[in-house]
Formats: sequence, structure tokens, C-alpha cells
Amino acid sequence: MGEIAVSLWRGRADGSYQVYRVPQRDNQTVLDVVTWVQRNVDPTLAYRFACRVGMCGSCAMTVNGRPRWTCRTHTAKVVNDGRLEIGPLANLPIIKDLACDLQPFFEKWQKAKAVFAPRLTREDAIERIMPTTAARLAADAAIECINCAVCYAACDTVRWNADYLGPAALNRAWTLVNDVRDTGNRQRLAAVAAAGGCHTCHSHQSCQQHCPTALNPTASIAGLKRHTMQAYLRGELE
Amino acid sequence: MNVRLYVLQRASAAFMAPLLLIHLGVIFYASSRGLSAADILARTRGSLLWGTFYAAIVVAAATHAAIGVRVIASEWTRWRDDALQALMWACGLLLVALGLTAVAAVVLA
Repeated sequence: MGEIAVSLWRGRADGSYQVYRVPQRDNQTVLDVVTWVQRNVDPTLAYRFACRVGMCGSCAMTVNGRPRWTCRTHTAKVVNDGRLEIGPLANLPIIKDLACDLQPFFEKWQKAKAVFAPRLTREDAIERIMPTTAARLAADAAIECINCAVCYAACDTVRWNADYLGPAALNRAWTLVNDVRDTGNRQRLAAVAAAGGCHTCHSHQSCQQHCPTALNPTASIAGLKRHTMQAYLRGELE
Repeated sequence: MNVRLYVLQRASAAFMAPLLLIHLGVIFYASSRGLSAADILARTRGSLLWGTFYAAIVVAAATHAAIGVRVIASEWTRWRDDALQALMWACGLLLVALGLTAVAAVVLA
């Protein structure tokens, strides 16, 4: 097999792409390419990964202009005319090279009250939850988020509005709104109904388009819009 | 955009939709019957019904558009919240003033 001309982002926000020649192999992922450069050409290349099997959500990068999980993206799928461009995720501050600062991303999870507020304690018996109820089905449809920030990087509204909570935080909030074990909905609905919350979404559906685990955060956000609107009309929100 | 503005914008759109269909129907009726401007004014002048009908459209359209302009400005400028509020109110009041002036022109004798 031949070589790939790989353009890698080097430096911080004012950095630039540098081209490296990497041998192309069978069953080679984009993460393999980045790792090859770090181990064989430049050990100062910064990037982030952990599980390598699409579970941890650490290795997301911008590949040929699209946010992707690099450990599950084969080069055969994305190499175009022998070239590949790999950059850091958009909409997040660059720490160095391909590593972004995810602090703003996770701060918005906190701001959206996308944190489980249990009704029971560990001293109580485990509650039986029927998996067939409408609420549980809605929660389960959105629950498999791996926190990779691909949706956040793909979102036009995040790019336009720094205060927007973003698809991942709102998707998580929606799973909790539908979780019968949770008690935090009053504060959560107020948080997602405020400026920068779910009503900021334009339903462009880039999050759904790019989500590596095929979730639909746009549908979750639409659910939050309905839920908060009903709560507002009932006078339950300020 | 918060839930209050969201509800107001959706409600104003839902309110306007049937009124605008009637408005289009009236346009088709007037043009197909070949009504002159004088014929139309003869029907609208002094009419509480047409005055109320078009004033309602003006208020709904101004509400809907002003909130929309606020959203666009919030995404394309770095304006702070109070500036966005001022823009929204200025836009809404301007549209109400212009719209009601137009309504007055065809309703008041």
C-alpha cells in the first residue's frame, strides 16, 4: 500500500496545518495515523485518546472538515486522493495541536442541571423500573451518549452563540426529564428554558447527522421545548 | 431566546396563520372582481371589523418579527442582553406604528 499525505493541526488557535507522510495500511483508523506520527515522526504531537474502541469519547477530532470519532473511523473511508486533514474539534479552545479544552463543554452540562438528582439513597431497596413505559423509552433512546463533543463541534448554534448549552448537555437533560427516579426537574426545566437553553436551537440537525452513536439530540431538544412550554403555560416557570 | 419569547413567537405565528389566509382570500376576491381603490376604501372606511382584523395582524406580525430580529442580532453581533432587548422593542414598536398608520389610512374616513 502507498502513503497518505496527512495534514495535522499544530499549535494553538494561531497554529497551522503541517503535512506528514504516513504509510497506509489495511484496517487503519484515523487514530492509528495520528499515533503513528507521534511515535515515529514527532513525539511532541498532542492528542487525546483512551479506549480505542468507541466507548470513552476521548478521541474526537475534525477529519476532512467533519467532526468524527477517530478510533472508529477507518482511513479507507475518509482518505481522499491520498490526502487526509486532521484538526482539533471546532467550537472549543485548543490546548495544543489536536487536543481541545473540554471544560466549557462540561460546564454547560452542569449549567443545564444535566446531573442525576436521586430520590432514593443507597440504603433504600433498588427500585424496579419498567423498560416499556413511554418515559423510559424516551430516556433510553437518548441515553447512550459517550460525551465525545462531536455534536457540540458540529453545531452551528454553538458557533454563533457562546451561551448556548449545546446538544449534548440538553440531550442529557432530556434523559433525566424522563427518568422517574430523578427529582431535579423543576430546576432543570428552569435552566434549559432560560436564555441559551433549548429554545436557542435552530433544529439544523447537525448533531444528529454527526453523532457517532446515532443519537438524535435534535429530537431530545424538541422534547425539552415541548416540556418547558407546557410548564411555562401552567405557570411552573418564572 | 428563552421560553417566554419562544411561546410569544410561536403563538403570534399561529395566530397570524389563519388571518393571513383570509387576507390572501380577500386579495384574490378584490382582484378577481376588479375592485378599484375607491371600491375597496368604500368597504373599509369606518369598518370596525376590518380595522380590528388588520390591527390584529399588525400587532402579531410586529411581535413575531421583533423577536426574530432579536434572535438574529444575538447570533450575528456581540450585543449584550439589554441592547438586544432595546433593539427588539424598537423594532416591534416601529412595525406597530407603521402598520397601524397603514390600517388607519384605509379604515378612518
